[in-house]
Amino acid sequence: MPIGHYLFLSLALFLIGAIGVITRRNVLIVLMSIELILNAVNINLVAFSRYFGDVAGQVFALFIIAAAAAEAAVGLGIIIAFLRNRETVLADEMDLLKW
Amino acid sequence: MLDSVIFYFFAGIAIVSAVLMITRRNAIHSAIFLITTLLATAGIFLQLRAEFLFISQIILFVGGIMVLFIFVIILVRLDVPLPQVRWRTQKWIALLVTLAVGMEAGVVLWFARKIPGQGLIFPNPAPADKLHPNTEELARSLFGSYLLPFEIASVLLLVAMVGAVVMAKKRIDA
Repeated sequence: MPIGHYLFLSLALFLIGAIGVITRRNVLIVLMSIELILNAVNINLVAFSRYFGDVAGQVFALFIIAAAAAEAAVGLGIIIAFLRNRETVLADEMDLLKW
Repeated sequence: MLDSVIFYFFAGIAIVSAVLMITRRNAIHSAIFLITTLLATAGIFLQLRAEFLFISQIILFVGGIMVLFIFVIILVRLDVPLPQVRWRTQKWIALLVTLAVGMEAGVVLWFARKIPGQGLIFPNPAPADKLHPNTEELARSLFGSYLLPFEIASVLLLVAMVGAVVMAKKRIDA
């Protein structure tokens, strides 16, 4: 099976995640879309790791999972802190710094 | 043959539930569909013979991160659909731009296949026994050549933990 299949799957998931980040108003779903994007990148890394017979790609995929966990923890913390102050989770109502 | 069937099965599940994830109004439904996507990705990792990542994907992503998401969704009472708003032209433009970028990358991938001597971009799969046993190989690499990034990752997680606690705790003075 050629590696192109994995690359196209990864591209498709990445784009769906990007569309989610751009078009959704709910900040939680934006964060979830970012998780989806990180996951799409992981598919690429693991596919190349398999096809080159080198385990380094999987090590990097592990680091990406760790970074995703850190990002989710901090992002959700920010959302909770924001919710306590402004009572909204909609991205277009967070316009305090908007010119 | 069996490899392709397994791949297309999981890829189909992943893409369909990813689309459902970004289109559902209810945040809980989005989270459930994201979990389905992540599980399908775990299946693809297994098909690529990355057993350790298969397990850590399920335990860390599905068991850790997504549980955190669902807790927050329940905590902030988002488990009811948000009020309907009009679909603005701005969003159509965003969609169009994203699709243009996707077309670009897709075309590049598609035509790069046909260039002769593209072994570096599209290599043939390594023999199946080259990566075995996966967990042992991964540990050797992680604690050998990637020891410093591993330690830095632990610092990153510590910082994230402290940051999340500071962010989420109630202010006592003020």
